[in-house]
Amino acid sequence: MSEIKKIKNLKEFSTSADRFEGANLLCPGCAHSIIVREVLNATHDPLILAASTGCLEVCTAVYPYTSWDNSWIHIGFENGSTAIAGAEAMYKARKRKGKLPKSCEGKTPKFVAFGGDGATYDIGFQWISGCFERGHDMMYVCLDNEVYANTGGQRSSSTPIGASTTTAPAGRVSYGEKMMKKDIVGIMAAHGAPYVAQVAPNKWKDMVKKIQKGFETEGPVFINAMSACTTEWKFAPDDTIAISDLATDSLVFPLYEIENGTKLRITYRPKNKVPVRDYLGAQGRFKHLFKPQYEYLIDEWQKMVDERWEYLQRREEASV
Amino acid sequence: MAEKMELNEVEVWDGNMAASQALRQAQIDVVAAYPITPSTPVVQNYGSFLANGYVDGEFVMVESEHAAMSGCVGAAAAGGRVATATSSQGFALMVEVLYQASGMRLPIVLVVVNRALAAPLNVNGDHSDMYLGRDSGWIQLDAYNAQEAYDLTLMAFRIGEDVDIRLPVMVHQDGFITSHTAENVRPLSDDEAYAFIGEYPMVNAMLDLAKPVTYGVQTEEDWHFEHKARQHHDLMTKVFGKVEEVFDAFEKKTGRKYNIVEEYFMDDADVAIVALGTTVDTAAYVAEKLRKEGIKAGVVSPRLIRPWPHAQMMEALKGVKAVACLDRSSPNGAMGMLYNEVAATMYQSDSKPVITNYVYGLGGRDFTVEHAENIYKELAANAEAGKPTTPLQQFIGLRGPKLSFY
Repeated sequence: MSEIKKIKNLKEFSTSADRFEGANLLCPGCAHSIIVREVLNATHDPLILAASTGCLEVCTAVYPYTSWDNSWIHIGFENGSTAIAGAEAMYKARKRKGKLPKSCEGKTPKFVAFGGDGATYDIGFQWISGCFERGHDMMYVCLDNEVYANTGGQRSSSTPIGASTTTAPAGRVSYGEKMMKKDIVGIMAAHGAPYVAQVAPNKWKDMVKKIQKGFETEGPVFINAMSACTTEWKFAPDDTIAISDLATDSLVFPLYEIENGTKLRITYRPKNKVPVRDYLGAQGRFKHLFKPQYEYLIDEWQKMVDERWEYLQRREEASV
Repeated sequence: MAEKMELNEVEVWDGNMAASQALRQAQIDVVAAYPITPSTPVVQNYGSFLANGYVDGEFVMVESEHAAMSGCVGAAAAGGRVATATSSQGFALMVEVLYQASGMRLPIVLVVVNRALAAPLNVNGDHSDMYLGRDSGWIQLDAYNAQEAYDLTLMAFRIGEDVDIRLPVMVHQDGFITSHTAENVRPLSDDEAYAFIGEYPMVNAMLDLAKPVTYGVQTEEDWHFEHKARQHHDLMTKVFGKVEEVFDAFEKKTGRKYNIVEEYFMDDADVAIVALGTTVDTAAYVAEKLRKEGIKAGVVSPRLIRPWPHAQMMEALKGVKAVACLDRSSPNGAMGMLYNEVAATMYQSDSKPVITNYVYGLGGRDFTVEHAENIYKELAANAEAGKPTTPLQQFIGLRGPKLSFY
């Protein structure tokens, strides 16, 4: 097992590796690049990376350029997980045969796949489930921006109720998305994965700890990272971290981890809990909820978030 | 280190076992697979070799054929020898990733045990899946029997992994007719086979930490055309020579001769059947028989289906008066693939034979000696008349009213 990287402060952390270049085509204010840098910078270990089709992929490897200073592969929308699982299998096979490249000597590469919520919750779900059931030694990071952002803002099964999207638009007789967001963290934990966690880029220390824990874990690790989307959530590009703060402090996006499919631990408890109304009000995609006929949904949102928080706390207390 | 397997000079193997023995001897690093009839035994056998210490690679039993090829792509990009097997619906599910594999220039070997495509669901052999893959940028080789399935699978590694080629290769065999029929097969010893294929030449490996690589980039209108054109160019200009070179090396080693386009009794043939798979042997048997009756019959078969051997095919059919192209796949609204390919090729030839299309054997329907005899007799009539005496496209061995077009 390799040595865990020690990180003192944010300035040092943000400049401690150059494995993901600032030169990319992501929107100004996109949380994807923040999350990717936080994941890659959390370790000294060499990384072998994959991405599913999505914003991250189309904005970081446009021929003849690449933003990646580690080996990186993209196949399709659904199979980033299996691509990295294949690479991990190759590493094991070549290691056993003593046929790894010289540059691998004394090093243990880690295998990481990134996918958006579409690639994770929807089209790629079967592939991820397969990888986790087979126990590949890999980390899967979902960049959860709750919408198909790359194709222009269609709803995914991660889109929360009441959000207005291009395929579930709010209108005269509709408040937008009707379905609840899928509980991907719970589903992945139910695979019995050794480590599953929910993270947000604004809570970078919490994120680093979890990523490092994930890299130390043998077997499949699932990280659900909230990725605020300036374009589809409709907020100003310099508000990404402020929006993320509202999400974690309102407990709309609670931060916790689950070990071995059962043992849940909450990793962030806001000192001053913010009303959900503040989180919704800061984003254009929920603007219509503040009209009189839909305002009841804001109360329902608050109730839903409170109930979920209660559930997480009880799960933690039960310590099973 | 994997144990060697002691093989007899002649083994009794079916086509599936022949292919899996070749995979074993290649000492593949990763097999990612999902079972489907009739190719299931290929990967089952591989699992059994693994369980008994005859291979020491990784066997990843994934949750679908799409994932099988996805895992193969990731593993091949990581830098090692990769293979899998499939048929029919599984092949169809893989198609998206087949394009990714060839576009990334990854030398994966895929054993395709050919089977019909649903609906209606059918597990038996025809060439619908083979035709479905024909534009996917893979090199496609066709075996007519178990011996050839073994030989061509070994050769596939050497062809695809060549640093000038770096393309994935499919080796086809007929579902059940070849895959499940036990035949005498003369294998190479493990050492000979491995020496023939050679060590995997690790190129642009993701696992080479000193030299990071980016696979599967995005291109727009400014570069996509160049990439596709380069891939096509290499298929059309480099593969024929490489395949010939490997065929020659294999002949020197084993005495077994393969050609890019196989010809039987073609030296002075007036009439020829063009076919694929097990039908080639049936047609050759009938051609030999009919020659005693005064019909100068022959058989031509593209051993290499992709890239299409335009020049070799033209040469093989030079001077032939009438040709029947036998397609074992539903043409679904067109002339059959072989008809279209052969007709396009012969349009450029000085000799322009009368070409007709026969659709046969769908879903495992038998193709008999009588069928072949009838076709040759119709060809003889076409040759004499210098024009088609029958419809351009006919279905053979079909119950109910005769179906023919044009």
